[in-house]
Amino acid sequence: MGKEVLFGKTLEELKVVAKELGFPGFVAKQLADWLYKKKVRSIDEMLNISKKNRDLLKDKYELGLANYDNVQESVDGTKKYLFHTDVNQFVESAYIPSENRKTLCVSSQVGCKMGCLFCMTGKQGFQKNLTAGQIVNQMVSIPESDQLTNLVYMGMGEPLDNISEVMKSLEIITSDWGFAWSPRRINVSTIGVVPAMRHFIENSECHLAISMHSPYNDQRKELMPIENVYPIEQVISVLKEYDFGRQRRISFEYIMFEDVNDSVEHAKELVKLVSGLKSRVNLIKFHPIPDTPLNGSSHVVMERFKEVLEKKGIITTIRKSRGEDIYAACGLLSTKKLLKENQDKDF
Amino acid sequence: MSRKRKELFSHKLISVEEIVDGYYTLKFNRKFDFIPGQVVAIALNHKDDPRLYSIASGNQKDYMRILFDVNPDGLLTPQLKNLKPGDEILVSEPFGKFTFSGTNEWWIATGTGIAPFISMVESGGKLPQKLLHGSRTVDQFLFQNLFSAHLKENYLRFCTRESGGKGIIQGRLTNWLKSEKELPKQIKYYLCGNPEMVVEVRDIILGKGVDFENIIAEIYF
Ligand SMILES: Cc1cc2nc3c(=O)[nH]c(=O)nc-3n(C[C@H](O)[C@H](O)[C@H](O)COP(=O)(O)OP(=O)(O)OC[C@H]3O[C@@H](n4cnc5c(N)ncnc54)[C@H](O)[C@@H]3O)c2cc1C
Ligand code: SF4
Repeated sequence: MGKEVLFGKTLEELKVVAKELGFPGFVAKQLADWLYKKKVRSIDEMLNISKKNRDLLKDKYELGLANYDNVQESVDGTKKYLFHTDVNQFVESAYIPSENRKTLCVSSQVGCKMGCLFCMTGKQGFQKNLTAGQIVNQMVSIPESDQLTNLVYMGMGEPLDNISEVMKSLEIITSDWGFAWSPRRINVSTIGVVPAMRHFIENSECHLAISMHSPYNDQRKELMPIENVYPIEQVISVLKEYDFGRQRRISFEYIMFEDVNDSVEHAKELVKLVSGLKSRVNLIKFHPIPDTPLNGSSHVVMERFKEVLEKKGIITTIRKSRGEDIYAACGLLSTKKLLKENQDKDF
Repeated sequence: MSRKRKELFSHKLISVEEIVDGYYTLKFNRKFDFIPGQVVAIALNHKDDPRLYSIASGNQKDYMRILFDVNPDGLLTPQLKNLKPGDEILVSEPFGKFTFSGTNEWWIATGTGIAPFISMVESGGKLPQKLLHGSRTVDQFLFQNLFSAHLKENYLRFCTRESGGKGIIQGRLTNWLKSEKELPKQIKYYLCGNPEMVVEVRDIILGKGVDFENIIAEIYF
């Protein structure tokens, strides 16, 4: 049997490890320090832990960090990193530098179950939930690690469909004993898995981005099957139950599809839907994916949509497209090519 | 796990039955009206997060049925299969919008994804022009007798592992769809089941010129 992985354990879990190996209690904190502050890449580098204890640790555990397998760089400076997570399974992360921010977009699952019509990740089906360690690994195993200012959970997968590992990863990144990042530097994106969304809201201080893409039930259902069970108005009414304070941000992501969801009527309906909820809207240019029946709206149409929202007092931005040439832009991440196809299917 | 969530109501279990290897039906007394295609959330206690199940019975019956297969590492299904008549289970009010259009439809399902279509047929709703049903083995075409009786030649079974008997096509339903010269454009396509099936079938249908507005998918995530 393989060794258990240390990287990705919370302080509580490290205490269990220390106890089990008969180490003094304070060793758990030292382990967290080496893992998440000093960012060592081997157990032997944990110098304030005695050689004897390091050997005991190594008998049962490994650090579990993984280097990236490949990197592609866009003309605009965006980089897409490929990480191996299991036999024939990979995820991608996108590093997006701009003048005042260095953002990493991390993946939370290999593939995704949600099947959104416009998304490359959805097309590869679902293979696996990432562990907290595999999520955080994306952050520490790239050369730009120390420069990162922001983290967005908008890569492959639906983060709230992997709620327990995502919450653990956030705990590691935001705790004093971990990376000690402010939760305000982190944005978690969801299509609105309501029960898990409640859990996230109640147990984290990070920002939340909801993928809306249409204010109309019937149309959203065609774009996003989740609408059948967690309709957007329910998502919004749940959000309205909470007080997010002044610092915590709720935003709606809205990918614009030509002649589908980009009319003035859509904009007005969106305004109605979010009225009473302090939030902002990000309009996103759609990057057509292979075999999709959808096209992206023109810039003029996006500006018109934005104007309607802004006139009603909604802070609206048009998100600049990044890394399109290397398929790192929003909705384009996919590792389907690298999967080994299972032939024993029932369809 | 959360402060507030869907309200669950205690229901009395009528039966749990393994209808084919690994596939079970679970019946309990019906307390609520529903529209065929809707789901319920089920749990065994107020602590665990409930899981969702399509209702797989007619909306006039005095019981409600669900159809499930067991995820050996899962939280709920290994427990569900061991329940006994008379046990209490917690069930939400029915909800969901994978409800039928009332116009001409094709239905496509694999595995337990057949559940909403059972409800539709047993409720006496409008039958589809075709039902494409995929399975690995012949016995895993769940409720095939019901569909054969109601849909006759419009019920197409595709068996990927075994050569079938009468009326069963050997091979993948995706291959059949690909080989069709043309698919009807003015009807609604209802897809239900696991994400891989839904996204693959949806891509094929789209590739045949069907408008995405005519494709409604329910994914068992
Ligand atoms: C709309 C819909 C309809 C469905 N209908 C059917 C059906 O008719 N028949 C059927 O057999 N299955 C159906 N499913 C799948 C079903 O809900 C369960 O996922 C499945 O039965 C396995 O449950 P489990 O508890 O045994 O497995 P688990 O692996 O414990 O759970 C399965 C799923 O529950 C969710 N989950 C896991 N942990 C958590 C958590 N901590 N918090 C919140 N959610 C969590 C995840 O989505 C996970 O994939 C449906 C799913 C959906 C979304
Ligand atoms: S958009 Fe997000 S939730 Fe939808 S299929 Fe893609 S990764 Fe999954």
